[in-house]
Amino acid sequence: MATPLDAKIPSGPIEKKWDKHRFDLKLVNPANRRKYDVIVVGTGLAGGSAAAALGEMGYNVLSFCVQDSPRRAHSIAAQGGINAAKNYPNDSDSIWRLFYDTVKGGDYRAREANVYRLAQVSNAIIDHCVAQGVPFGRDYGGLLANRSFGGAQVSRTFYCRGQTGQQLLLGAYSALMRQAGKGRVKILARREMQELVVVGGRARGIVCRNLVTGKLESYAAHAVCLATGGYGNTFFLSTNANSCNASAIWRAYKKGAAFANPCFTQIHPTCIPVSGEHQSKLTLMSESLRNDGRVWVPKKKDARSPDAIPEEERDYYLERRYPSFGNLVPRDVASRAAKAVCDEGRGVGPSGLSVFLDFRDAIARDGEDTIRAKYGNLFDMYHHITDEDPYKLPMRIYPAVHYTMGGLWVDYNLMTTVQGLFCLGEANFSDHGANRLGASALMQGLADGYFVIPATLSGYLAAEKLDKVQADAPEFKQAEAEADARTKRLLSVNGKRTPVDIHRELGRILWDHCGMGRNEERLKKALALIPELREEFHKNVKVSGQGEEFNQALERAGRVADYLECAELIVRDALERKESCGGHFREESKTPDGEAMRNDAEFSHVAAWEYQGEGKTPTRNTEPLTFEHCKPSQRSYK
Amino acid sequence: MSGMRLTLQIWRQKGPDAPGQLVSYGVEDISPEMSFLEMLDVLNEKLIGMGEDPVAFDHDCREGICGMCSLVIDGRPHGKDSGATTCDMRMRRYKDGDTITIEPFRARGFPTIKDLVVDRSAFDRIMQAGGFVSVNTGSAPEANSLPVPYEKAEAAMDSAACVGCGACVAACPNASAMLFVAAKVSQLALLPQGEAERTRRALAMMAQHDKEGFGNCTNEGECEKACPKGIKLDNIARLNREFLRATLLQP
Ligand SMILES: Cc1cc2nc3c(=O)[nH]c(=O)nc-3n(C[C@H](O)[C@H](O)[C@H](O)COP(=O)(O)OP(=O)(O)OC[C@H]3O[C@@H](n4cnc5c(N)ncnc54)[C@H](O)[C@@H]3O)c2cc1C
Ligand code: FES
Repeated sequence: MATPLDAKIPSGPIEKKWDKHRFDLKLVNPANRRKYDVIVVGTGLAGGSAAAALGEMGYNVLSFCVQDSPRRAHSIAAQGGINAAKNYPNDSDSIWRLFYDTVKGGDYRAREANVYRLAQVSNAIIDHCVAQGVPFGRDYGGLLANRSFGGAQVSRTFYCRGQTGQQLLLGAYSALMRQAGKGRVKILARREMQELVVVGGRARGIVCRNLVTGKLESYAAHAVCLATGGYGNTFFLSTNANSCNASAIWRAYKKGAAFANPCFTQIHPTCIPVSGEHQSKLTLMSESLRNDGRVWVPKKKDARSPDAIPEEERDYYLERRYPSFGNLVPRDVASRAAKAVCDEGRGVGPSGLSVFLDFRDAIARDGEDTIRAKYGNLFDMYHHITDEDPYKLPMRIYPAVHYTMGGLWVDYNLMTTVQGLFCLGEANFSDHGANRLGASALMQGLADGYFVIPATLSGYLAAEKLDKVQADAPEFKQAEAEADARTKRLLSVNGKRTPVDIHRELGRILWDHCGMGRNEERLKKALALIPELREEFHKNVKVSGQGEEFNQALERAGRVADYLECAELIVRDALERKESCGGHFREESKTPDGEAMRNDAEFSHVAAWEYQGEGKTPTRNTEPLTFEHCKPSQRSYK
Repeated sequence: MSGMRLTLQIWRQKGPDAPGQLVSYGVEDISPEMSFLEMLDVLNEKLIGMGEDPVAFDHDCREGICGMCSLVIDGRPHGKDSGATTCDMRMRRYKDGDTITIEPFRARGFPTIKDLVVDRSAFDRIMQAGGFVSVNTGSAPEANSLPVPYEKAEAAMDSAACVGCGACVAACPNASAMLFVAAKVSQLALLPQGEAERTRRALAMMAQHDKEGFGNCTNEGECEKACPKGIKLDNIARLNREFLRATLLQP
């Protein structure tokens, strides 16, 4: 039976909804807050900011992460910047425009009320981060600098050189450390969540594995927040850090939290191409490079060095196909176009799976020094990794899995379909629809953590009568037993293939069948291949060592077991969504000239999958999307 | 194509209290474009295949920003490339037949957990002592109400680039963490936002530094050489000035 999905969107005009809602939500008296325990899993921008803000309010917060310190969460790697609607450059930006751009950029598959709130709180994020001492780039007058990012027509992106994520995360981390020093937040690093514990229909705790001792530990609380990041590593190769995983949200899904739009994955066009079998991750080259670099391949397959290929034999295919946006088309469009020329056999480099990003003309126009000042660190990074000098020869780039717009379904309060379980940041599905704009993930993570969850979580705690639950309650024992049984099972197979080997094969299946272009035939094939590989894993995996010790092979095996299940849901969702939208391109749904075509009549909804038990097909529930303010139109970049 | 063959001498230690020793392993088919950590992945895949315990090492982003990777390679924290983390290094820096020694970051303040993995939580505790501006969410003034001169903002960013890896500690003959503390104190001393807590911060962070068992700075300069992010010794000079100022101002 389908569970109704109530998004709990407040009534009233869109620009008043959030204020009205905050007024309507019940409050927890400051003196009573210390009686509540809150678990926050994840210390990236979303989890770090949430734990700090909740600690400041006076709750007892337990903060978990898999790294050795909260400061190392994957958010640290974000390069380009963070958006806000400050309109400092006087180029007619506004909350309304940021809202509109985000809904349109997401190809009309996000909830308007959520996106509006995101744009509304964006300015307070910048104020707060500056007050924390985040060293944003400034102009000579001492005021904050902005740049245009990801093809936006206004300059609304704030940045700290090429290390914006690092600086914002260190800001959140220092706020978190301040609360830890005061005893309001307890830091539990090197802990991996294994199970969500539901008591009386409500999320009341977690079981995690202490990665140093290998022992299982139970923690009880009045509410649980998951801010565990995206599941892009299901594809094996991605721009995500190694420890990014699907496990926390996957465990929650299996305990009843609906998983929304799993097939909405973002493939970023400018990454350093794969160089061999051994490859463990892909490195992003910032999108800002497309402001000056020109993308091309030879008109016909050509083995000459790129500088020997004359102008008339080059195909600047983005400029040709999209004359008005050129090299600055959105990520999904640029990625598919690169794939198309490589599929035609015109790709470059040893594997034929890359295209040129050429700075020759920009260097001739502005001089090498200017280009060095803008992109020096990126050029050095590229040179270091590939041993090729991009000042002399064009870079070679290819698309790679980068971000997941899908995630746990949440209502306006960021609560999942499990009462008392909240989900923040990349781990939820909320604000980016089918495609995320550059510099908007950092904004969303901090909006959720600093500003949304302190209000909505308090509202939940104040409205419900929650008894204290102890971590030795039978539900915890049961969850520990389940986690323990899974570990024992993994260790006992003693087969022939390592978890990494099987993960690599899974990645290849997903990339080939559910990557930049998807069609029914290949998706159905993947739906057969994935369960076979899962069976192979459980029959033939080899994990060395013991459960109760520091064991990185076991950590990886546990994550791969979850990827093997999550991958199937990604494919199933892609198969059911018979339209092209944002990062999801169904080859059956395109315009006569090959561009993506949405089907608003049938698919203007969120698909939220509900787990039905081991071996059973999950149920696809839908939340209809209505657009009162941003009228859906077909995106065109011609 | 068959790649390089290398001999690895790796520090193996089962647990915090177990004795450790260097153990020799061979790897083959190592290609020049592999990263150093991918080379270790190759070894670990082989060890798991043989039912042996793989080598434990910390890593995450693999692009030089998270500060998780922490190896001493042939006696140098993060290896022979200057201004780079372990994960940044590519195997083209080695040639067929080389022997490479790999050890953990060693320091009293960084107890070993297993093999090449050490416990750096002391850094978190130093930050808890004062590595922040006390500003509660929601109370900040408009961001542009307080201009910061361009040069100051850039200098603050130079200090803020620290990734907290601890290579400075591993490189220092005194196992001092002064460069780490100095980077944070400098960042916040350079910005007007950090002014109100300047005195308290310098004293509290240094007190915690000493309590964690890190040694004193005797100007060896090894920390600066090992730092993958180019954090300069000037930061320590500033920390010393901040500390002195704070001691004089202390009631
Ligand atoms: C290379 C790169 C560049 C990017 N650049 C930009 C940019 O310029 N602008 C922008 O807006 N966005 C950018 N993004 C996207 C953005 O960085 C992320 O979407 C965002 O940082 C995610 O933040 P988060 O807090 O949701 O999760 P994360 O930062 O991924 O944090 C996840 C946290 O959860 C913890 N965790 C995970 N699983 C478990 C578990 N099972 N148990 C316990 N803890 C767990 C982790 O330890 C970590 O603390 C970039 C992404 C990449 C990969
Ligand atoms: S693994 Fe992140 S800095 Fe090396």
